Amino acid sequence: MTTLTLAKAMNLGLRKAMEDDPKVLIMGEDIGKLGGVFRVTDGLQKDFGEDRVIDTPLAESGIIGTAIGLAIRGYRPVCEIQFDGFVFPAADQIITQLAKMPLRSLGKLKLPVVVRIPCGGGIGAVEHHSESPEAYFTHTAGLRVVACSNPVDAYTMIQQAVRSDDPVIFFEPKRRYWDKAEVDTSSAPDTWHPFDTGRVVRQGADLTMLAYGPMVKTALEAANAAAEEGRSIEVVDLRSLNPVDMPLVTESVRKTGRCVIVHEAPVYSGLGGELAARITEQCFYNLEAPVLRVGGFSTPYPPSRLEEHYLPDLDRVLDAVDRAFGY
Amino acid sequence: MTFTTDPLTNPPTDSLSTADQIDLYRQMVRARQFEKRCYDLFLQNLVKGTTHLYIGQEAIATGVSAAMSEGDYTFVTYRGHAHLLVRGTPMGPILAEMLGRSNGLMSGKGGSMHLIDASRGVLGSYAIIGAQLVIANGAAWAAQYKETGQVTVCFFGDGATNIGAFHEAMNFAVIWNLPIVFVCENNQYMEYTPIRSVTAVDRPAADRAGAYGLDPVVVDGNDVEAVYGTAAAAVHKARTGGGPTLIEALTYRHGGHSRADPGKYRPDEELQAWLAKDPIPNYRSALIGRGVAERDLDLIDAQTRHEVDEATEMAKSGGLPADELLWTNLWSDGSSGWRT
Repeated sequence: MTTLTLAKAMNLGLRKAMEDDPKVLIMGEDIGKLGGVFRVTDGLQKDFGEDRVIDTPLAESGIIGTAIGLAIRGYRPVCEIQFDGFVFPAADQIITQLAKMPLRSLGKLKLPVVVRIPCGGGIGAVEHHSESPEAYFTHTAGLRVVACSNPVDAYTMIQQAVRSDDPVIFFEPKRRYWDKAEVDTSSAPDTWHPFDTGRVVRQGADLTMLAYGPMVKTALEAANAAAEEGRSIEVVDLRSLNPVDMPLVTESVRKTGRCVIVHEAPVYSGLGGELAARITEQCFYNLEAPVLRVGGFSTPYPPSRLEEHYLPDLDRVLDAVDRAFGY
Repeated sequence: MTFTTDPLTNPPTDSLSTADQIDLYRQMVRARQFEKRCYDLFLQNLVKGTTHLYIGQEAIATGVSAAMSEGDYTFVTYRGHAHLLVRGTPMGPILAEMLGRSNGLMSGKGGSMHLIDASRGVLGSYAIIGAQLVIANGAAWAAQYKETGQVTVCFFGDGATNIGAFHEAMNFAVIWNLPIVFVCENNQYMEYTPIRSVTAVDRPAADRAGAYGLDPVVVDGNDVEAVYGTAAAAVHKARTGGGPTLIEALTYRHGGHSRADPGKYRPDEELQAWLAKDPIPNYRSALIGRGVAERDLDLIDAQTRHEVDEATEMAKSGGLPADELLWTNLWSDGSSGWRT
């Protein structure tokens, strides 16, 4: 066991992936010599060379396009998008080509491309540097979309993403980059939690709280606070946003009868809406209350002095818990 | 990055053998007759979805392909039927794909705009303008990284020169010295709009080449031998570590942009002037002038008609794809399940 920050766990996971498979390449803006603005790729260019850890021009469409071409010819590129809001210039390639070419080619062309996106707010950054664009990608068939919430998942899930033959959009909670945990870097991949499954991170009996990425920690804090009032909350870290581990979700909701979904992205047309609909369809007779959602407001991401007001916090989550118990 | 040089493969040449010349003619005739049959079948309501025909531009795909080697990579646009034909994809499966049949090249799932034949290095037809330019760089890089000596050729239209991906791709290709040849088929129209009316420069590709440290290369895209010569030099340069080339080939689309567009927005005198520069009858005359027997060329025409007829029969004989086709290959395991 080693104590690692989430960023360092990502770094070691990427390093292991590159050691395991010479076809793994890493590309992005400022990722080589600098090691990335969050230092997730720190030291990798020095050890693996400029041909495998590639500083690219500032051109997201070109980065993802080049990665697609490399993947068609057998490579496994991992692309870093420097900040969440910078993924939109690459959205053309991701949505029109990366997601569709495997299907279009009847599976003959596989695209094992990983697109890493530091996401979410909470670090005093601003618009384009604090966003949660996951729903744009979960809406697009053909993309696996995942979010890690802690150092252990960061270490294992990035390696699972690289091994996946499907394109993966990999969200990293940037405000949790400095969170620490014990990580067993000697564990065997077959002992890891399966890539496309969620995980119950706190057992509970009265309410299921679904969260992913940066909000898992907030959800756990809310559950601890609610416990002081005698409410037993089960927290599920979804981890995989497409596909979603619906069996795990429905099993939990059928047990607890209540569900609150928490994400940083705006509530309107967010992933929570899809989850609420599915839970309602599949658990209708078990529900004691409507499925409630807590998320960002339907505004552009605010300037840093207002972000504490914008981001879902303990109060907003606990308020939703109160409402769920009020029915 | 190092690069394996192989100057013996496709050296630039000033002379084509008579057999080579006749083959250039044959390939252009195949492309022309194929596209005409597509149009006929479209009018019979047998082609489902859209089509974008290549009639008038055949010298470009033919000349460039002749300069390429087996194993080289090709990226094409939604106007790409002919490019697959000249790279060796049989006519029948392409035509069956036009008809949306299960015996089509993509089992009826791709349609006219998304033909792929990876076995012949055709790594996709792209219908988002400019998308293939940056992707082609990736394939070129893979070849360079693996030192295979393969060259990537990426075709695109004049309209693509105004989209960001074109400019990103040129920069990437040059900074990485990639073994790639970009071929801009300037057919004068960005869909329905004259390219000159929406572009800052007269030559949409060549006039931008200097911005990326590339030489401006313009070729008569209706002269198949000129295209071949220019492409051969560019392919040779790419294969021997000389990096990318951007070629602008001037040509004209005889028909409209897509489907049954009659192209009435084009001045008649412009159309007539370009029809007089039709690459196929002009090349036929040139070959006859060099002593090729007219009956030999007639025979090629007849053989091609037979080939197109056979392809048509094959295409029409195909069944419609099963509904289940919709649910295949979303994920790499072949399924489309919500969970795999």
